Amino acid sequence: MSNRRLAAGIVLASAGAFLLVVPFGLKPYGIFILSMWAVMTIAAIGLNLTLGYAGQISLAQAAFVGIGAYITAYLTTKGWPFWPTYVFGGISCFAVGWVLGYPALRVQHHYLAFVTLAFNTLVYLIFRNEEWLTGGIYGISNVPRPSVLGLSMNSPLAFYYFCLAHLALVSAATWWLIRSPWGRAFVALRENPIRALSLGVDTRRYTLVAFAIGAGLGGISGALYAPLLQFVDPTPFALGLSLNLLLMVVLGGSGYFFGPFLGAIVAVLLPEWLRFTQGFYLMGYAVLVIVLMAFSPTGLLGLADRLTRPARRRTASAAGGPPETAAESETAR
Amino acid sequence: MADILQLLVAGLATGGIYALVAVGFTLLWQTSQTINFAQGEFVMLPAFFVLIAMGYFGLPFWAAVAVGGVVSVVVLGLLFKKWMVDPMIRHGVLPLVIATIGLAILMKEMVREFYGADAWPFPALAATTDVAVLGAVFSIQSLLILAICIAVVVALQLFLNGTRTGRCMQATAQNPTVARLLGVRVERMILYTFLINGALVWVASLLITPIYLAKFTNGEWLGLYAFIAAIIGGFNQVRGAIVGGLLLGVVDNFAAAYISSQYRMAIPLMILIVVILFRPQGLLGRVEERTV
Amino acid sequence: MSTVLQVRDLKKSFGGIVAVDGVSFSVDEGEILGIIGPNGSGKSTLFNCILGQLTPSGGEVHLDGRPVTGMRPCDLNRLGVSRTFQLLQIFAQLTVRENLILAGQEHKGTMLGRLVGPRDAGLAAAAERMIGFFRLEHLADEHAGDLSYGQQKLLDVAMAFMAGPRLALLDEPAGGVNLTMLASLRERLRAINAESRSTFVVIEHNMEFVMALCTRILVLAEGRVIAEGAPAAVRSDPKVIEAYLGHS
Repeated sequence: MSNRRLAAGIVLASAGAFLLVVPFGLKPYGIFILSMWAVMTIAAIGLNLTLGYAGQISLAQAAFVGIGAYITAYLTTKGWPFWPTYVFGGISCFAVGWVLGYPALRVQHHYLAFVTLAFNTLVYLIFRNEEWLTGGIYGISNVPRPSVLGLSMNSPLAFYYFCLAHLALVSAATWWLIRSPWGRAFVALRENPIRALSLGVDTRRYTLVAFAIGAGLGGISGALYAPLLQFVDPTPFALGLSLNLLLMVVLGGSGYFFGPFLGAIVAVLLPEWLRFTQGFYLMGYAVLVIVLMAFSPTGLLGLADRLTRPARRRTASAAGGPPETAAESETAR
Repeated sequence: MADILQLLVAGLATGGIYALVAVGFTLLWQTSQTINFAQGEFVMLPAFFVLIAMGYFGLPFWAAVAVGGVVSVVVLGLLFKKWMVDPMIRHGVLPLVIATIGLAILMKEMVREFYGADAWPFPALAATTDVAVLGAVFSIQSLLILAICIAVVVALQLFLNGTRTGRCMQATAQNPTVARLLGVRVERMILYTFLINGALVWVASLLITPIYLAKFTNGEWLGLYAFIAAIIGGFNQVRGAIVGGLLLGVVDNFAAAYISSQYRMAIPLMILIVVILFRPQGLLGRVEERTV
Repeated sequence: MSTVLQVRDLKKSFGGIVAVDGVSFSVDEGEILGIIGPNGSGKSTLFNCILGQLTPSGGEVHLDGRPVTGMRPCDLNRLGVSRTFQLLQIFAQLTVRENLILAGQEHKGTMLGRLVGPRDAGLAAAAERMIGFFRLEHLADEHAGDLSYGQQKLLDVAMAFMAGPRLALLDEPAGGVNLTMLASLRERLRAINAESRSTFVVIEHNMEFVMALCTRILVLAEGRVIAEGAPAAVRSDPKVIEAYLGHS
């Protein structure tokens, strides 16, 4: 077990170092893509809470990213500083998520999937039609980049570290959440909702909270998206992005902490490298997801986990114990 | 008055199409717990099967329609079940739903990549002429669509209630374990629902594509309407899906006429939210048991 | 001696099949009531109706005098009811200790309080005690999924008692457990019953286990109560023998 821990620790440390150093070898566009990866990972982490921990399909994550992006774009172009818009965006999306999820999660079936599907479609229409607010199809341009303690984040490099810092912040917060009693309740909710209920876990409330937090994180991702592109229009926030985020989480491994990171690499970086294949790339992505669902529903990290797991099982039963338990290991399972 | 009647008939016609799609969706859910997120794409595709049969194989329209039907039933029914649903259902409902989302994307991109991104005209089943009745003008198209939908639904109901196989299918939908104990060939019944869905989406495709043209994005909104129709009718009820579809079609048509057409999509969403809030089992559904 | 649980004329049908057909009984504080009956007599359905997993088709359930019919299982748990399941339902991904802490964490306090409170929700000591009580010390930090069946069974029972329940419903706790373990399990259950004055209702097929553990027995057949009383009396009741063995 500690070997696995050590290996994971080394991988993590190397990845961290890599992320800090790599932009120096990249052109501005490369740094931009990396920043995009960081921003999308935040949205994916939010969706992972909803899907991977609470077991609910949300198809509205793009709408929440869009809401966050438009709030920041609208307010900062009107002279507001960045920070309040960021907080406001996160909280608004949390609230919208709560209101949306409340009726949908009172029912047994996967109603949330359909409600979020309709919601995303509606929000996109609002983005496109309400010119007075969102600039319609022309969008909002010249979104300024924020400044931290007087230092402007205008340069691609500076803004990349800004996004990376936020990713680190969100990751730390999510890690803390998962390690808290709530995290235990989420695992119970996902693993065995029936047992969880009988132990007093209010599955409805926890699912709602997970969904609302996921939505809030989508909003935060959007708040970073706006100054990254410095231009916000409706096109990115259509259903396509929601599906993309969903596949990202699933591919990386839903319910695994680092799943979104991995999934976002595949979803953001891969198309850049495979730009020339365009349409085929999307098809390949879809086929990969289908195959994955058939053989390893817990995604790539789930696959890795399964491959390294057998070692763990063997050591546990070999540990033995006092006579009474040794005797009953004979009992058929 | 004449306007309202026209809108009503036109609404019922499109509603009938939504009903067919929603019924297929509901049947799949009832018998095999399959939530088919690709149902919209399933309706988008058969039209392309027909176009390909006509364009690349030079078949006359009606022959192409027949070929389209066979391909629909085999690919969207049999192969869908054998290659996607069967291997995946053992992992639970969630992986299958996600896989059907992937399937929807795959189908959409395949059409866009291999056929094209344009919107192609699709031949209507009858001439697009109008007829005047009681001072109101109706299109033959709408009346025909309505007639066909009614015919299909009636045939389906006769089958489900009147034949032994149909009743076996109903038993499977209500309680597969007990059905198995009573000697019903549950696996075969489930297969039949997939085949029926393949046929239903084929008919729906033939009826809706002449109106909205054959485009790879049709599945997006068609699917959404089907899901909403199924939910507001009552997720576990075939009759509910029919009522839901008709209701949605009528409301949608009226909304497009009297409210801004830009926010047409808002109405189905509002109805969905209201139904889920106040009557989550749907208009015709029974209150669901909590699972053990 | 107050009545903890009262079930009045409980009915449950699934379509045309009547699983529970008007069952009534009550359980007093500190009692250990055993429910036995041939397969298909409706025992598990009865449990599920009492515990809110299923909505009864008719009848009432009262806990300490207050009506709780059809209440959600999580709300019932907060009123002091807990259960074990016939098909083991532990959380394989969590360790034994974490399973126990989870079992106790939702019982008191608010959700928000749990977020900002201590990581183990203040239950470390209680979990330790339970681990000691059921002799699971050497397994405390193992993942529950890696335990043997008998060990998981013990964990299941331990989890049901983490919140110090007023009423515990045990669904076939002896199923699949070998003889050595059975005696120890029975002894542990008696000990908890004596120590905390909690009330048990136990469904079981294992006659010996039930007769030795329970203070009173209820016999169910075809969804109805056909006998009730002290273990010895029930054992020799001709109706009970007939229900199990059929007409002689």
